[in-house]
Amino acid sequence: MNTFLEPLVSHFNYVAYIAIMMIGLYAMAAKRNLMKKLIGMGIFQTSIMLLYVSIGAKEGASIPIVAKYAETISPESYVNPLPHVLMLTAIVVSVATLGVALCLVQVIYKQYKSLEEDTILDKERS
Amino acid sequence: MIWEIKLATLIVMIACAVAAINVRDLLGAAILFGIYSFMMCIQWLAMGAVDVAFTEAAIGAGISTVLVLAAIFRTTRRTKD
Repeated sequence: MNTFLEPLVSHFNYVAYIAIMMIGLYAMAAKRNLMKKLIGMGIFQTSIMLLYVSIGAKEGASIPIVAKYAETISPESYVNPLPHVLMLTAIVVSVATLGVALCLVQVIYKQYKSLEEDTILDKERS
Repeated sequence: MIWEIKLATLIVMIACAVAAINVRDLLGAAILFGIYSFMMCIQWLAMGAVDVAFTEAAIGAGISTVLVLAAIFRTTRRTKD
């Protein structure tokens, strides 16, 4: 019991990552409103970023900035900056996809006068 | 001290995510999504990723919320689920 429970307690970031990712996936799949689907997409993207930054973090390490007159640089005293750089790109890509999707939502509302998926499908058939 | 901040922000994040996809008002959902992004920013600050933290505070909590609010005011506020 203790050997099963201890990694869950010490790595609670990963448990929260799974929970947030499932919330975003549920909102993308089951909600009928288009704006709710977009908010679910944002939650999903942020959960992936949480996974990557959690991989690079370590206990008792400082931020990856070297002082000017540091004599020795020990890599184990800094957090890993490589996932941070990747996730900077991911944040910018996420705001770009959100902008394009909101533009499409506005065009859909102008044509169908609704944001609900079932109403849009009914008007599409008739 | 740090891990209490991380645990508290994670709990607030999960609560805000559940509330943002369940609230019946799209304006409230947008504000809750902004709070969620800001909690994620504090989480990254506690994890030592300062560059990701201020990018998230500017883009995730700032520009994304403003874009969603502009789209809501141009379309409609009401939702059925």
